[in-house]
Amino acid sequence: MSAISCRGVSKSFGGAAVLDGLDLEVPEGAVVTVLGQSGSGKTTLLRLIAGFERPGQGTIEIAGEVVDSPRRYVPPERRRVGYVTQEGNLFPHLDVAKNVAFGMPRAQRSSARVQELLELVGLGDLGKRYPHQLSGGQQQRVALARALAHQPRVVLLDEPFSSLDAGLRAALRYDVARILRARRATTVLVTHDQEEALSVADLVGIISEGRIRQFATPESLYSQPVDLTVAQFLGEANIVAGTADGSTVETVLGRLELAGTSRPLKGPSRALVRPEQLSLLAAGNGQGPAGAPRGRVTHREFYGHDCALVVDLDGASQQVRVRCPGQPPVEVGETVAVVARGPVLAWPA
Amino acid sequence: MATTATTGAARPLAALARRHRPPWLLATTSGLVVAFTLSPLGLVIAQAAQAGWGQVWPVIDRGFVATLLWNSLRLALVVTAFCAVIGTGAAWLTERTALPGRRAWAVALLVPIVLPDFVLAWTWSSVFPAVHGYLGAVLVMTLHLYPLVYLPMAGAFRAADPGQEEAARSLGLSKWQAWLRVSVRQARPTLLGGCLLVSLALLGYYGGFEDLRYQTFTTAIFGELQTQFAPAVASSLSLVLVAVSALVLFGEAAFRERGRSQRTGPGAQRAQRLLPLGKARGPALAGAGAVVLAALGFPVATLAYWMVAGGSAGLPAAVPLASAALYSALYSALGAAVATALALPVALLATRHPKRWSVALERSTFVAQAVPGVVVALALVYLASHYLSFAYQSPELLVAAYAAMFFPLGLVALRPSVARASVRLEEVGRSLGCGPLAVRLRVTLPLLAPGLAAAFCFVFLSAATELTATLLLVPTGVQTLATQFWAYAEQGASFGAAAPYGAIMVLMSAVPAYLLARWYDRGQARAALVGGAG
Repeated sequence: MSAISCRGVSKSFGGAAVLDGLDLEVPEGAVVTVLGQSGSGKTTLLRLIAGFERPGQGTIEIAGEVVDSPRRYVPPERRRVGYVTQEGNLFPHLDVAKNVAFGMPRAQRSSARVQELLELVGLGDLGKRYPHQLSGGQQQRVALARALAHQPRVVLLDEPFSSLDAGLRAALRYDVARILRARRATTVLVTHDQEEALSVADLVGIISEGRIRQFATPESLYSQPVDLTVAQFLGEANIVAGTADGSTVETVLGRLELAGTSRPLKGPSRALVRPEQLSLLAAGNGQGPAGAPRGRVTHREFYGHDCALVVDLDGASQQVRVRCPGQPPVEVGETVAVVARGPVLAWPA
Repeated sequence: MATTATTGAARPLAALARRHRPPWLLATTSGLVVAFTLSPLGLVIAQAAQAGWGQVWPVIDRGFVATLLWNSLRLALVVTAFCAVIGTGAAWLTERTALPGRRAWAVALLVPIVLPDFVLAWTWSSVFPAVHGYLGAVLVMTLHLYPLVYLPMAGAFRAADPGQEEAARSLGLSKWQAWLRVSVRQARPTLLGGCLLVSLALLGYYGGFEDLRYQTFTTAIFGELQTQFAPAVASSLSLVLVAVSALVLFGEAAFRERGRSQRTGPGAQRAQRLLPLGKARGPALAGAGAVVLAALGFPVATLAYWMVAGGSAGLPAAVPLASAALYSALYSALGAAVATALALPVALLATRHPKRWSVALERSTFVAQAVPGVVVALALVYLASHYLSFAYQSPELLVAAYAAMFFPLGLVALRPSVARASVRLEEVGRSLGCGPLAVRLRVTLPLLAPGLAAAFCFVFLSAATELTATLLLVPTGVQTLATQFWAYAEQGASFGAAAPYGAIMVLMSAVPAYLLARWYDRGQARAALVGGAG
């Protein structure tokens, strides 16, 4: 049984469809992220599950119970859903402990459970502080503790880290994922940050045009995107035009082997070549392997553990992005040979 | 298991559909409220129309109106300019410089706001008979009104981001240039807003000008009503007065910039560094001292002096004093409660359903600011005497007048709290298991409470020191502190009899003023000051 089940859910605002027949099955205890661009309906999806909005069509179930359908609606307070927003939305008139205790039965509000939850999120000694006295990261931790306090059946996180700076974001992401997994809390996290979506999730859904385009483990999403849109969503992608003959595809980067899932493919197609599938060799003064396409390095970015280079290919209006481990092997302006390693994914053009 | 447990919890669909309809109830209520606050304007027009153009035009046309216009204009310009300078200067001293004892100065400079114009004018003219006419009016009205500039400017300077001045300095501006071109420039809408309040207040005052023997529209309207018994002439003059006020109001709106001064980046704002005054410390202290002495020390000392000196002859019996205090408190509290209750739906509608029409509805109530108390009172007298004779001189009519006059104040005070009590927080409360009613009680109400209290205090404070409308509408046989003070003060001789009424009135308005000051100091309404006045 799925912890959350959305079937054929549609929602439009003022005539514009935001969700259009969306299906999503979230398994019990899984951490699921939904990745999409802003305006793709991610937040709307969570608000429908939480019961703040009603879908125009479709059915939503939580733990097998229909909470929203054309014939039935369970109000938010009876859904037992934990909801954490981007801003945290702590109650400004209550201190941290009272915020956490808000959803608990009256008898438990002063119990040790509040303290326990605060310690769980690493804020054991801040119970008496008020929200405006906390940093952004602390506020999000309190919001999470508050959402967990009333024993929710599912936890919904709406871009919970996006208002934080990069270092804090990574640390909090790690903590939150650890806490949610330890409690085996079914979680749906929506985000527009692919790194976030891939790193914490058991399963990732790509949302676009009001539907889930693909729903799979992070690894298989990355290696086997169903289409180019999904491929471009996750990781960096070079899209090159080519002609396929069943098992290989002929492109400006040479003849590349097709991945198993793309076979058989014939005719004009578009191939996906990840930057780490490319490598560079210095090719000034006629050096380098024969037959490999040549180009000129126009841009470089150094990241410490690796680097990225942009190469303008000779004779083709094509730019490719290349990832190399360690130090950049060449300088901007140098001529290089680009060597591609298959197998690659491709789709009909 | 969970399925069966919550089956009964499912709601009938009809109840749900309602949530997504336009908020008809709220919209209708707000519409009625706005109609109510604007009704005095309509009534005055109706009254003048009833008298007929033939009767109205000669009143407007005669040289008298030109004199009144000239009197109002030269006073408004000069007093507003003085208030802008004193208010801005004082705000800068207390907020941005290392003025010794600046927290105490901040309070002392604000307190004169609780002294009514007619009490201040009376204390000055009772001791220095030379304080009268144009120059007397400029002096007294500046001392009375500068806090209306000081208060919002202090808020604006306090909220100013030092990072922006630093950015300006890194772009090559000197310290003074940076202050002028960044902080003062950004505070300009706030300053204009303060000046607007000063001008509108000046146009509406009656008692102070009567004390100072300076003729304005309001004193002329009173004259027509009370000595000439010519309500049609009075309402014709009112029309001109409203037109002048409306010009001021729209003039300010036209000058005001669209841009908002707000921090754009995330993260906490750094505290301001206070500017050392150096050699300017002596003059700065002397200047602040002079203002506080003239606006607060002198009138309070005079009240005390007349209470003691005139004591044996004219000190009124305790009973009428207590009765007047009671009626003042009662009518002001009722007016404050009604104004606050009326402001709530309008604020909720404009904040939670910010459609073009709902915002326009809210804005339109600010036109009521341009309708002086005397006009509101005239309108209600006209309404009662022609259509609701049972209500004539009833307490309800006076309370209605207070509510209509001070509604915009209540709205401004309430807005920030309504914005804080966001729908998002209510939603979070519901997802944590609270039903709609429980969420209202545990989330919405506590968040609205400071705003409701502030709105109540503002209106109470204003109503308790209101004289013009109160004189015209107070029920027969009842005296409030203001009307009794006025009755004694007008007789001229009985300074000792008037003083206790003035003193109690000041004390009574000092309580809500103190609460408000504390509230502002906690910073809850800082945003309200910066945004609301701008």
